[in-house]
Amino acid sequence: MLQLQDIVYSVPDGKGRKTILNGVNLTFNDGERVVITGHNGSGKTTLAKIIMGIIKPDQGRIILNGEDITKLDITARAKKGLAFAFQQPVRFKGLTVGDLMQVAHGRFALRAELCEYLSKVGLCAADYLDRELSNELSGGELKRIEIAMALLRDAAVTIFDEPEAGIDLWSFENLIDAFDTLKSDKRVTIIISHQERVMQSADRLVVMNAGQVEQTGAPAIVLKSIRPDAPCAKLQRSKQ
Amino acid sequence: MSLEFSALEHQLLAQVADLESDPSGAYNFRINGQPYAHMSTANVKITPKKGKSGIDVRVKPNTKGESVHIPVLITDSGRQELVYNDFYIGKGADVTIVAGCGIDNCGGEDSQHDGVHTFHLGQGSHVKYVEKHLGTGAGTGGRILNPVTKIEQDADSAFDLETVQLGGVTRAVRTTTAKLAAGAKLHITERILTSDRQTARTQFDVVLAGKDSAVEVVSRAVARKRSTQEFISNVRGTTQCYGRVECDGIMLDKAVIRSTPQISAENVDATLTHEATIGKIAGEQLIKLQTLGLTAEDAENMIIQGFLA
Repeated sequence: MLQLQDIVYSVPDGKGRKTILNGVNLTFNDGERVVITGHNGSGKTTLAKIIMGIIKPDQGRIILNGEDITKLDITARAKKGLAFAFQQPVRFKGLTVGDLMQVAHGRFALRAELCEYLSKVGLCAADYLDRELSNELSGGELKRIEIAMALLRDAAVTIFDEPEAGIDLWSFENLIDAFDTLKSDKRVTIIISHQERVMQSADRLVVMNAGQVEQTGAPAIVLKSIRPDAPCAKLQRSKQ
Repeated sequence: MSLEFSALEHQLLAQVADLESDPSGAYNFRINGQPYAHMSTANVKITPKKGKSGIDVRVKPNTKGESVHIPVLITDSGRQELVYNDFYIGKGADVTIVAGCGIDNCGGEDSQHDGVHTFHLGQGSHVKYVEKHLGTGAGTGGRILNPVTKIEQDADSAFDLETVQLGGVTRAVRTTTAKLAAGAKLHITERILTSDRQTARTQFDVVLAGKDSAVEVVSRAVARKRSTQEFISNVRGTTQCYGRVECDGIMLDKAVIRSTPQISAENVDATLTHEATIGKIAGEQLIKLQTLGLTAEDAENMIIQGFLA
């Protein structure tokens, strides 16, 4: 279980400080898939980065399975069982897909094992392991590899920041299947998304607005309650 | 190895020439300014030069798949040498030449190896040439290397040059010149690691003189502490040709990297490009590896090792 208690985060804006997150309280239960949505600037990605330790909050506490991890750095949180798939995958000159997947795996893994995870995101695995994680790969390929690495981490809490961005329609369907492979009584999956199909796949939907949690509940109920002029009116609707 | 080497020499050979056992093909070992052992094969003849230090290596036409190892080791402090090696590659031959120089200096005097390697590639031949440079030893004397590589490529020949400075070299100046005939291809990969107050300077001068000749230069530099690296390339295209120069550098601490890529198109059908990127390790790269469980230090090392691989 992951708990966020009164998370506040602000940044300098020239006149003083601009509040990005204003007292966020959320609990993610074991076995739960939670999708966090909301319009641009509502604080979703900032919240995800705070959970992973990439950003330090001004105040508040983060509790993982009863342990306060607020002061732990990124590495320590990763070792505690947090995984993060970036919205914009990072490129590395000289490092291959296989190199990073070995690190994600945490111990030596056979090529066949790594290939299995690439296959889950629709990539013909053997063609990719030795390729450099650089401009040699398209944005869509990098994105799918990023997701495969998060799956490979097999973490207690896995966070995906807009996993659908840059992914084609065919891969998108595989993406939902890939999330299903994380389903377990002991794992938490947090997905930042604008995509209705992803939202519908959640156990619980959280809507953020202006740095606060505006709504939370079952997707069917929350999606139905979103008014045309509400923040989520701009949410992308699945074309399927 | 049936050839006898000290433990230190074994260690250096493994690193600069990837030799754990006797080479399978022709070889020439040079240790502390003296020829140590050499062997020719039916297709590759190695002859010591007369009147000056060095060897002539002659590869028969259409020789395929053979390798030539010519490593140089210096373990005496204060040893300085200038060596001339000439390579004559017959038409249609395809060989791998592994050079490499390791200097271990435990004394207070400078040790230095200057090697002038001249390649004459026959029509349609292919050479893969690998040279690795390493400095070791706790002495205060310098470990200095100045390799000069001159390449003359006949029509439709191909030359793959891989030059690597593994570290520990106090001062190095690399000078490479090449002239390509029609259809010839030259691919240069350079990896340089410097630290402390070391300096490394590289200069490539390539003339694409033949129609459809092509060169690609990819240089990656990592400079740590107060070291300085300088990369200068000059590619001239005088006919329909293709040239590309890419120089990437990672700086850490108070290091300095200078890059001067120059391209000179002297024909409307010459296509020449260059790109250079120098900077510190991107913060997002460190963060990504940390999210996979690496410490910041391990992440930095992995990025550098990958960059120089």
